[in-house]
Amino acid sequence: MNWNEIETLPRAGLESIQLKRLQALVHRMYERVLPYREKMDQAGVKPADIRTLVDLRKLPFTTKDDLRASYPFGLFATPMDDVIRVHASSGTTGKSTVVGYTKTDIELWASVMARCLTMAGVTRGDMVHNAYGYGLFTGGLGAHYGIEALGATVIPVSGGNSRRQVTIMRDFGSTVLLSTPSYALNLADAMTDVGISPDELRLRVGIHGAEPWSESMREEVERKLGIRAVDIYGLSEIIGPGVAMECLHSEHGMHILEDNFLPEIVDPDTLEPLPYGETGELVFTTLTKEAFPLIRYRTKDISRLFLEPCGCGRTLIRMEKVTGRTDDMLIIRGVNVFPSQVEHVLVGTEGVEPHYQIEVTREGNLDVMAVLVEVSEHIFSDEIKVLEKLSKKIQAEIKDMLGVTCKVKLVEPRSIQRSEGKAQRVIDKRKL
Amino acid sequence: MRVEQIAVFLENKSGRLAEITRILAGNDINIRALSVADTADFGILRLIVDKVDLAKEVLRAGGFTVGKTNVVAVEVPDRSGGLAGVLQAVNAAGLNVEYMYAFVNKSGANAVLIFRFDEMDKAIEVLQQNNFTLLTGEEICAL
Repeated sequence: MNWNEIETLPRAGLESIQLKRLQALVHRMYERVLPYREKMDQAGVKPADIRTLVDLRKLPFTTKDDLRASYPFGLFATPMDDVIRVHASSGTTGKSTVVGYTKTDIELWASVMARCLTMAGVTRGDMVHNAYGYGLFTGGLGAHYGIEALGATVIPVSGGNSRRQVTIMRDFGSTVLLSTPSYALNLADAMTDVGISPDELRLRVGIHGAEPWSESMREEVERKLGIRAVDIYGLSEIIGPGVAMECLHSEHGMHILEDNFLPEIVDPDTLEPLPYGETGELVFTTLTKEAFPLIRYRTKDISRLFLEPCGCGRTLIRMEKVTGRTDDMLIIRGVNVFPSQVEHVLVGTEGVEPHYQIEVTREGNLDVMAVLVEVSEHIFSDEIKVLEKLSKKIQAEIKDMLGVTCKVKLVEPRSIQRSEGKAQRVIDKRKL
Repeated sequence: MRVEQIAVFLENKSGRLAEITRILAGNDINIRALSVADTADFGILRLIVDKVDLAKEVLRAGGFTVGKTNVVAVEVPDRSGGLAGVLQAVNAAGLNVEYMYAFVNKSGANAVLIFRFDEMDKAIEVLQQNNFTLLTGEEICAL
């Protein structure tokens, strides 16, 4: 069955494909992934108990903690000989979340990404400027293989050096831009800096994801670059970019490629599944992945699901733009940041009190993270250079751990609010 | 021949300096000399006061981070070249000045230079060898 057929199937047809794939997945997981088998045994559920899609509810959830407990490869379902690539993203205490792909997984990833590009109207004739970072992050390479699978031309420009990027966009005639939304605005500024006007570009559409962005930001990207800007969703645990995508008709969220990624919305407190249209935590089951399949993975992203038909003709379920998180994870310039990681650095710095606060603002188009650290008498000095050395040291260690440059603000003792119970570690002043 | 100096951490927000001086005044502590070093994000206030230990105690109780350090006070005639002479001797001895500030005493005849050196002992030795007048904390307060 080709994409067009799958994406426009009546619900019953799609659900029968999903069920068949789910049953095969649960069998595979039970046989090959010991930690998940133990979870199933504890829950008293056997693979044969999955008779309908509703039976999915019987299966235990998978969390980021499970991933960490099996770091790095403990949840892989295939021998390492069959794994041809790994990616990793930052974890909560410095341990990365590691994901793996077989050759078939890489092809699957390329195909779902190609389908996403198609939803945005990208074709073989397009020149695609891929400014997602290449490397351990799934964004760059995930998009790259999808562009090639579609047959369009990829410019693997990755992130950074914005002035050079806008020159390339003009000279190569880029028609499609893939980047985080904030980087798209950065490129718009770089165009002004080097004196390139949007009229000189052939840019038509921008595909933006990997960080939260608002409708007003979308309008800004569209106005400044003279393009149509659409949303893409993905996370490395599920596959990377290519899990869900906004089509050019959609006015209500992104189509989930649910023949591969089965979505649920659950109440984050009771973990009970919620009906379509209600807000809760997004949960995914990967139906077709080989090396790193996940059952009922809690994304901690808050969203809603809609089943109403879309103007584009696709029958795939849609998810609303992610509106928040159920944990304290921050996304700073596309990088996942947990306050516990910052705490880890501070606790390891001699004399620094564990009282801290993270302040996030948006200066221009750039997320700026400031870490407020109280100056105790242990670290205080009458010399400026000693205090500056300390703040640079903290900054360097946070950069080392997170890959994000932050500002370190030294503040007076007891100026960071002490709260009973859960301390307010994060003040997010971005208007998202 | 060292003089005790108090250093206070100043967060970059309004009213902090006023709060410090209010606390000192409320405890009848007299400021003999001061300097503020500032960066974009924070500042350090350095003070020579008549009651060092009391000042440290009341500021700490007021929620400030306070440190006590030693500095050297050099008295020079208040005329051109006064500071230059001292710095020449310091430089010739290969000493590093971390920071300095100065004030003129009431009589107006002499100026007092407050120095923080990285090598305090060596600095005192060099200054004495060059016959500069070093003041004690009591002497500064008596000026």
